Amino acid sequence: MNRKNFISSSIIASAAAFFGAKIVVGENPLESKESVNTNPIKAIQGKHEELIILNPKPWNAETPPHLLDDKITPADRLFVRNNGIIPKNIDVNNWTLTIEGESTKTKKTYTLKELKSKFKHYSYQLTLECGGNGRKEFSPPAKGNQWDLGAVGCPKWTGVRLKDVLNDAGMKSDAVYIGYYGKDTHLTGDLEKVVISRGVPIKKALEDEALIAWAINGEDLPVMNGYPLRLVFGGWPASTSGKWLSKIVVRNKIHDGPKMGGYSYRIPKYPVAPGTKVPVEDMKIIEEMPVKSLITYPKTGALIKGTKIFEVRGHAWAGDLSIKDVSVSLDFGVTWKKCKLSEAVNKNAWQHFNIKVFLPQKGYYEIWAKAIDSNGEMQPMVVPNWNPKGYLNNACHRIAVKRI
Amino acid sequence: MNLDQEDLEKETDPFFHIDGIVKWVRIVFIIILISPFVLYFTAKIDIEKQEKIVEISAESLIENGIDLESGLIVDEGYEVVRGTCGACHSLSLVTQNSATREGWKDVIVWMQKTQKLWDLGESEVVILDYLEKNYAPKEQGRRASLKNIEWYEL
Repeated sequence: MNRKNFISSSIIASAAAFFGAKIVVGENPLESKESVNTNPIKAIQGKHEELIILNPKPWNAETPPHLLDDKITPADRLFVRNNGIIPKNIDVNNWTLTIEGESTKTKKTYTLKELKSKFKHYSYQLTLECGGNGRKEFSPPAKGNQWDLGAVGCPKWTGVRLKDVLNDAGMKSDAVYIGYYGKDTHLTGDLEKVVISRGVPIKKALEDEALIAWAINGEDLPVMNGYPLRLVFGGWPASTSGKWLSKIVVRNKIHDGPKMGGYSYRIPKYPVAPGTKVPVEDMKIIEEMPVKSLITYPKTGALIKGTKIFEVRGHAWAGDLSIKDVSVSLDFGVTWKKCKLSEAVNKNAWQHFNIKVFLPQKGYYEIWAKAIDSNGEMQPMVVPNWNPKGYLNNACHRIAVKRI
Repeated sequence: MNLDQEDLEKETDPFFHIDGIVKWVRIVFIIILISPFVLYFTAKIDIEKQEKIVEISAESLIENGIDLESGLIVDEGYEVVRGTCGACHSLSLVTQNSATREGWKDVIVWMQKTQKLWDLGESEVVILDYLEKNYAPKEQGRRASLKNIEWYEL
């Protein structure tokens, strides 16, 4: 045996010892795994190259605020949030959606083609925001993908109304909740294990804007965002809008699929001090998302010469409500200027604000944006109440600018 | 006289002048004595060469104390973390997070309860030691200053 062979065999031996030693009980998931990223991944296929990848397995990526400047978010700029592995070999021609559950009269299955031909099509611009958007700012830190600002978007979705399909399938009067099942698979490689199965109360499910969608801005959904079929519930945590949709269950109780219980997408029933250990029975499900806004122009870091007047603009949204006012501050919250604000094109769509400003003297400024919803609730200037998993950070967005 | 001289030479230089089987027994005995040392030094050179190769390959993957492949901080136990945690998810799920030892333990227990993570056995202590030391929470208050701003002319 020459030295080279000696070394390589000893490396193999030590690697085998290493892997062998660490698995004590249970299956060895290493054998069935696709290899974890060995090369740094720079961009996701079909997505804008400047999306910030938080995690390549499972795929999670957010959009820098300045890329969300469009009134209607382009598909390639919509954030990516996954809990499992994206389904492979998607067969659109044989894709079906089954409606079942204890509150349906009979189990019914539709092909994608039937859904498209049997029911009237609707298009709505609907805001999707990850429940954990802004998690990065919580202290003590909350575990999970450390979303900063860009796990939000508002594209135009096309599909059929969920209520039309549920009514066609036949619902019982005791229905209280719907839950979804999709075709994504669990990270462990166990094909039987459900990755995530969440849903919404029946009231939200029966709203006009609750869609079973196949298109985004007139095109097929991107694979990363649920191709060929998904649910869309604007204004609620995006995890309620199931992707790669294959089954909807109509429940006579609150849906109890994976990620409905425990600490997932749930917050304490009462305010807690940062870092508090909250008993699981004191947690409640997050429903609509709170009032929030995003400055999409200018991009943070702008150097402005003299008294040049420039536009500040962006979007604001508030769960199932509308936005009443958006103001900006150039002096760290001392004074506020009211922005021009557009009406929403439909319920659950974000609204657009803009204002022209100039910087009064040389120096460092931050532009803060603060939205107020139709109930009079506004965004806090600091990070809102802490919760164990770091959801619902709707603190005002800040960008840095300098007059030179 | 001649005989005497020859006898004397034999006595003063016994090694080269002993004939027959005795001489060969002594040579073999000396070789046996020396060989462990020879083998030791040859092996040592081999190990040094091997270490050098490992070092070179490690150098090409480590930058500023970060394992480039996984993004993990290089410290005691990072290979165990890379192999164990990386079996199911990307290591960026580790590197972007921070928690106390108790917090990391909670994550392990949660993964064992719901995500089919196996019993980590002796590795658990190694993993927790590593995470507690290298991925501890930093206090950032209710709002941190804006950081990493790339300035540009508007």
